[in-house]
Amino acid sequence: MMQQLILYPLLLQLLLSILLMFFWKKINWQRGISICGSIVHLALSAYVFNYVWRNGTQIIEAGSWEAPFGIVFVADTLAITLVLLTSIAGLAVSIFSAASIIPDRLKFGYFPIFHFLLLGLIGAFLTGDIFNLYVWFEIIIISSFVLITLGGEKAQLEGAVKYFTLNFLASMIFLTAIAVLYGLTGSLNMADLAGKVAAVENRALVEITAVLFLIGFGIKSAVFPLYFWLPASYHTPPSAVSAIFGGLLTKVGVYALIRVFSLIFVEDVFLDQILLVIGILTLFSGGVGALVQNNVRKVFSYLIICHIGYMVVGLGMFTEVAIAGTIFYLIHDITVKTNLFMISGLIFRIKGSNSMRALGGFYSEYPKLSLLIFIPLFSLVGIPPLSGFWPKISLITASFDTGSYWSLAAIIFASFITLVVIAKLWAEVFWKNPGKIPKRIKFDYFHNIKKPRKIQFVVPIVFLSIVSLYIGFGAENIQLLSSRIAEELTDNSQYIEAVLGNPQTDE
Amino acid sequence: MKTLILKTASNYLLPVLLVFSIFILLRGHYLPGGGFVGGLIAAIAFVLHAFANGLENTKHLLRIHPGFLMPVGLALSFVSGLAPVIGLDDPFMTGLWLPQDVPVIGSVGTALFFDIGVYLVVVGVTLTIIFTISESA
Repeated sequence: MMQQLILYPLLLQLLLSILLMFFWKKINWQRGISICGSIVHLALSAYVFNYVWRNGTQIIEAGSWEAPFGIVFVADTLAITLVLLTSIAGLAVSIFSAASIIPDRLKFGYFPIFHFLLLGLIGAFLTGDIFNLYVWFEIIIISSFVLITLGGEKAQLEGAVKYFTLNFLASMIFLTAIAVLYGLTGSLNMADLAGKVAAVENRALVEITAVLFLIGFGIKSAVFPLYFWLPASYHTPPSAVSAIFGGLLTKVGVYALIRVFSLIFVEDVFLDQILLVIGILTLFSGGVGALVQNNVRKVFSYLIICHIGYMVVGLGMFTEVAIAGTIFYLIHDITVKTNLFMISGLIFRIKGSNSMRALGGFYSEYPKLSLLIFIPLFSLVGIPPLSGFWPKISLITASFDTGSYWSLAAIIFASFITLVVIAKLWAEVFWKNPGKIPKRIKFDYFHNIKKPRKIQFVVPIVFLSIVSLYIGFGAENIQLLSSRIAEELTDNSQYIEAVLGNPQTDE
Repeated sequence: MKTLILKTASNYLLPVLLVFSIFILLRGHYLPGGGFVGGLIAAIAFVLHAFANGLENTKHLLRIHPGFLMPVGLALSFVSGLAPVIGLDDPFMTGLWLPQDVPVIGSVGTALFFDIGVYLVVVGVTLTIIFTISESA
């Protein structure tokens, strides 16, 4: 049973979704199963993470079909770290959904689809086959279409159309890129591709394929010219859904970028330059976009875009230090962004509005909650010793080393603009006197709901804040982890050897 | 679409199509066919029945809600994929086969049960979608 260990997180999510489908109309059962299942999943992922950390990269050949031909699942340190983060964010959002999603949505299969989404994410992180990666992306976007439209409010449908169109386009481009790549090399296994792409003589076509991948994943991860779908759609579904979208969906695009450009298309100066330019422009445009928004959730949406820029810049520099910064930022960003969208849901539940102009006086009414919210907000800004600070050191050091002063400027600019945005948000929502907010009818205000449900609202936020604090104060451990991942990523022979065996003995 | 010809024909076509769908399901391992196509043919059989006799009669004929077939089919596929992991510690989805062929069906293995699961899911999904649309129309 131990050899199959890395697939268990995947299989557990599948089992949970199937089990939840049997309890289609019994929403209380669904709440219980989802939360308990997510706790078990977290424990399991932590165990598998520990195993991979001690024993190195693990692989499974699904169906016992051998490596370059069948589908492999590869758990290197990056993949398994992201699986662990998925289950941390999954547990928090599962608890938050149980409290905040209205029964009408739950009755139409919210929880099964939610776990299918997590299944897709974990599959995408673990797979070592590029076509299989496409399949997991499909599972992710189909589940996310359901989650974003569930409930069928007008604003939701409008957001969903934009979300659907651009993500569908991204999938088509991704699929085309796979087709061209397969035509060039005759292989789909990523480790196998790494060797074969390097041997292709028609470099121009390889470059075009790489750019197709860049556009496909770029739309999904919302980088500079391709991000417009994100702020148009992320504020429309319930905040629990935005939390999982904001925390993980764009990050899976970043993961795919990191994987493809560190394994298959390596040592390509042109691509690195493109990535750098895109990253810099993303940092600028996302930051400036966040500055002018009024809706709290739209501010967070633009900040997602802005902070994707850090990771893309790190990937563009492609030194070990820069990649370590990217990975650290990824770890920090998943926890904080998930948390922030849940917080926007909590604010909405308390006040009945998400408009910064109308909100206010939060600190005087809920001092303890405000202090709690302070942690993720200022982790995002990166005030030392909170978690956003540490990855920026690596990124800034790397930009000095590589002499790319434009990215240095962009990183510092984006940090400042994040500070300005968060300070503005803090002043508007927490300090200033509240404006007039019309009372909502048929709305469960926070002060009217029962104590256990109140706790359910706050527990996931506390949980993720503790994780953020750990990332900040235990930065040494996270830095160790990111350095190891960076080492594995910059030297792709390790990955290839784990999947295909030692090339010397084979040939 | 209340014509006598369609109504009479659908009574004969329903069993024929269902048998044909199972034939397609079973031949699917090496030849064209399999759970997905088989499931679609089975769903067509019920849709045709619903056209001729009305939705209520078809629902009565089915007894269970078609949506229930989805988790059942998924569970069957899941278990057939998991069987090698639990039984022999082989990777997920490794095919396990009976040593001797079974008459009529041919060789029986976990892949067959996986396909039956797919068949059930496809029937469930297709019928749920079509029934929901024709109810709201």
